[in-house]
Amino acid sequence: MRSFAYVSAPDVDTAVRALADQPGAKPLAGGTNLVDLMRQDVERPATVVDISTLPLTEVEVLPDGGLRIGALVRNSHLAAHPAVRTRYPVLAQALLSGASGQIRNMATVGGNLLQRTRCLYFVDATAACNKREPGSGCDAAGGFHRAAAVLGASEHCVATHPSDMAVALAALDATVEVHSVRGSRTIPLVEFHRLPGDRPERETVLEPGELIVAVELPAPIAGRSAYRKVRDRASFAFALVSVAAALEVRDGVVTAARVALGGVAAKPWRAIEAERVLTGAPATEETFRRAAEAELAHATGLPGNEFKIELAKRTIVAVLRGLGVPE
Amino acid sequence: MTTALEKNRTAPAPTKNVGRSIDRVDGIAKVSGGARFSAEVPYADIAHAALVHASIPRGRVTGIDTTAAEAVPGVLKVLTHQNAPKMIPSAKPSIMDLSTMAPGTPINYLNTDEVHWNGQPVAVVVAETLEAAHAAARLVEVSYESRPAVTDFAVAQDHPKPVKGSLIEVGEVKTGDAEQALAAAPVAVDLRYTTPGQNHNALEPHATTAAWDGDRLTVHDATQNIDWVRKHLARRFGVPVAGVRVIAEFIGGGFGGKGSVWAGTVLTALAAKVTGRPVRMALTREAVNRTVGGRAPTVQRVALGAQRDGTLTALVHTGVSQVGRAGGGVEPVASQSQYLYAAPAILVRHSTAEVDALPNTYMRAPGEAMGSFALESAIDELAVELGLDPLELRARNEPERNPTGRQRFSRRDLRAVYARGAREFGWSGRDPKPRSMRDGRWLVGWGVAAALHLPVHLGGDVLVRLRADGTVLVRSGLQEIGVGVATVVAQVTADALGVPVGAVTVELGDSEQPTAPGAAGSTQTSSATAAVLQACEQLKRSMLGLVRRSSPPLRDATFTDGGLFRADGAGRSYSEILGDAGLPSIEARTGSDSRLGQAAGQVRMMTRFLADRRRWVHPATGAHFCEVRVDPDTAEVRVTRWLGIFDVGRVLNPKLASSQLRGGVVMGIGAALTEETLVDPRSGRIMNPGLGEYHVPVHADVPRIDIGFIDEPDPTTPLGLLGVGEVGITGVAAAVANAVHHATGVRVRELPLTLDRLL
Repeated sequence: MRSFAYVSAPDVDTAVRALADQPGAKPLAGGTNLVDLMRQDVERPATVVDISTLPLTEVEVLPDGGLRIGALVRNSHLAAHPAVRTRYPVLAQALLSGASGQIRNMATVGGNLLQRTRCLYFVDATAACNKREPGSGCDAAGGFHRAAAVLGASEHCVATHPSDMAVALAALDATVEVHSVRGSRTIPLVEFHRLPGDRPERETVLEPGELIVAVELPAPIAGRSAYRKVRDRASFAFALVSVAAALEVRDGVVTAARVALGGVAAKPWRAIEAERVLTGAPATEETFRRAAEAELAHATGLPGNEFKIELAKRTIVAVLRGLGVPE
Repeated sequence: MTTALEKNRTAPAPTKNVGRSIDRVDGIAKVSGGARFSAEVPYADIAHAALVHASIPRGRVTGIDTTAAEAVPGVLKVLTHQNAPKMIPSAKPSIMDLSTMAPGTPINYLNTDEVHWNGQPVAVVVAETLEAAHAAARLVEVSYESRPAVTDFAVAQDHPKPVKGSLIEVGEVKTGDAEQALAAAPVAVDLRYTTPGQNHNALEPHATTAAWDGDRLTVHDATQNIDWVRKHLARRFGVPVAGVRVIAEFIGGGFGGKGSVWAGTVLTALAAKVTGRPVRMALTREAVNRTVGGRAPTVQRVALGAQRDGTLTALVHTGVSQVGRAGGGVEPVASQSQYLYAAPAILVRHSTAEVDALPNTYMRAPGEAMGSFALESAIDELAVELGLDPLELRARNEPERNPTGRQRFSRRDLRAVYARGAREFGWSGRDPKPRSMRDGRWLVGWGVAAALHLPVHLGGDVLVRLRADGTVLVRSGLQEIGVGVATVVAQVTADALGVPVGAVTVELGDSEQPTAPGAAGSTQTSSATAAVLQACEQLKRSMLGLVRRSSPPLRDATFTDGGLFRADGAGRSYSEILGDAGLPSIEARTGSDSRLGQAAGQVRMMTRFLADRRRWVHPATGAHFCEVRVDPDTAEVRVTRWLGIFDVGRVLNPKLASSQLRGGVVMGIGAALTEETLVDPRSGRIMNPGLGEYHVPVHADVPRIDIGFIDEPDPTTPLGLLGVGEVGITGVAAAVANAVHHATGVRVRELPLTLDRLL
């Protein structure tokens, strides 16, 4: 790891000022991703702003039935929160499917959203990677890309976003509250991450100096929700494909649907097309398959990852089947 | 014939400790952090070292800019080929001195500008702190001139080079005309299997601490062979062997990855010499993966011919495996095909293909671990062709003697293994039709495979000292790689001398002790306990000498209860005997420390080894029974039940032996389902050099594993032991693949068996 300057921020104002004053400064919360990448020489911040003691650790039930989650709430704490477990099971399941117990004890909500891709060529400083070093090329497309994107990728980058939590948040219509010296703003989670296009190094819409302070969830839709993660081993592996879904079924007809996919794109992928097919249609296997086909209609794979297109479809159907069956 | 065998037996009658599941003697030290590993030995004034790796597969270093690295505060030295002192090249491997096989590659690190693989060490940074060493290592700028490289085994395998057979490598073995028998067979399968490279990932990454005092060198090294490390370092640095001391008190797993001497060990000693400081190099997981070889990728053909009743008429097993242009050896994938089935015509052939890659090395059951995937999958495929139960097919082809030679099996009873396994697993409840068994939505499959490995039996030196207080000290330069060797040595000693196991202290892991064999080839326990037994016999003879004139006479007394006692209860305790003789202790040892004594010992050992090999095949055998569940939507495979029945000769300590066999199953499950070293052919670079992307099984991937033993002694070995280190992994991947086929109807002949291969 290279040397860096260290700033400890006692409050949000100090933190955002430090981030504004030091271009390229990185906030440090749980450190589960940033520190690894610094050790691998992939992240080389001149300044690290330690935000781990900021008072952003509360989970608050809002008067409208929603939830406000501080950016520094630990993944393990959020997964165990009674309101999350009872009213947003999809979120609890997504959190618990990620990483390991030890890492979830450290990882924060804000950091989880900002984690970097696990693309093998991004984390190897000797490889060509447009995300790590803009203009250097993409070794992944012609190399190992089992984990790569099948939706929204570009010739410049095929990386996926590795978060499970963010996929559930995308399905739950979450919003992200950010602060900077210029003030604060709220960003819908589905617009928070960017697709690579020709600027894969820009992964989110965060402006320089902006700090995530909270995530808010509206009240959940009626019906049931679930998260399903498909991976190469039973635990402690990133998703090949994951599906977060909430489904409301009345008299055999889907009255509301929320579906998001993980492991398939540079962002948590809200499955708008699938939701459109589902809403108002009979809750049948045939509908679920049609919804899956619609969502993946424009998916494109590389030799090493095209299996994910069919896998994503099958996983969508499996999850919806599980939710659509009357209890 | 039985009488002749009986005569060979020197094993003591069943006694108090051998055969019991005694807790490992170092268990508390290990779980409480008291056990000290090679990276933990305290030295005042210690410096830390880190490696810089080449980033091209083949060529030359044309320049190294160390300015930025040297400017990092705390950096003591950046060693490169431009400033490193010359070392003496490795010796040519010779069968007369096995320590010449120590180096994993003959490449003379930092004494050459040549690059032979992507990842080869090209510089070493030594610094006051670990952090400074690693930070500076990132700042070393290396420029290269590339040469054309062969980096893709998929390409290289089309130009195989046949392996010339030798004492240590199996080349071609032929009985009858297998190809002709295959062509004439009423039923035949002819199949191709591929297996990938695999990285070594022992819990403890390789680590070395080295300190020089004049031309005396002390090295704490995570090694499976302290004697080889000692002799190799003495040669490389041109100092007397007696002046090099190698210590490995505890080793956090080896599996073959610590069986050779790799860059970290040599370069730590070099760094200590140059800086005049004790130096420690604890390799990062990445550095282990880039500088320590792993299992080579292979492509194999297995063809089987049979009569309609399942009688095998032909067995062909050929394999091509990768070797590095800079070293590595054949993966003898077909070696167990010489022994496992009674076909009248058998062809076994090995070839290698050179790639500009990190030289491969031993990994638990080299060859056999991945060869058994091919052979035991093919047997299952033939069973399907024949409409026979796969266990029945195996039992019908059980050989009476070595099918490819004149030797007999020293012990073997695979039919009993199959029968017991079938009973305990409930095999008769299996509907042979694929996709016929379900649990809810899960597809359920049951698979079986045979396991076979030939453990080696070597000699070893040991000292046994019985003290006047009735306690016993055993000293031998053994390597405790986690198997519990100190525990079983204490058990055997306790029984041989008739003392409680708690009265025995075992000191090991130090080259100052009598020389022991390496912990490799499933040999250490059988070799060490045989030597202990021999030393104890000597000691007992000396003890009888001391009581020659005692009254009552103790000539026919038994060594028991801490002394020599007759059946009528009369006798003397060891304390009394030694007290009477005015001796503080009495000892016996096998082998000699002198150069001549060691050379003579090696010749004796080789002679015995070769004579034994002409008479006997000593197979450790077993069978794996497993259950998998496959998700019908996503094709995720989960192993949900495992039973292994093993015939490994006498079992000294069922708890420890089971643990090793279970470890073999776990490692095999990893190889079956997830493990694969990803080498990018464009760069020859390993792209997953860490546990984040190289997937070993986690707890959730491993079900309860039941282990059963036949527990009958091999009548031709001193204690009746075979060996348990490696047989546990053989057959595992095939059992999984066979179960997956049973669950899904899909046959996968390519490892790892990831879900995309089933979709």
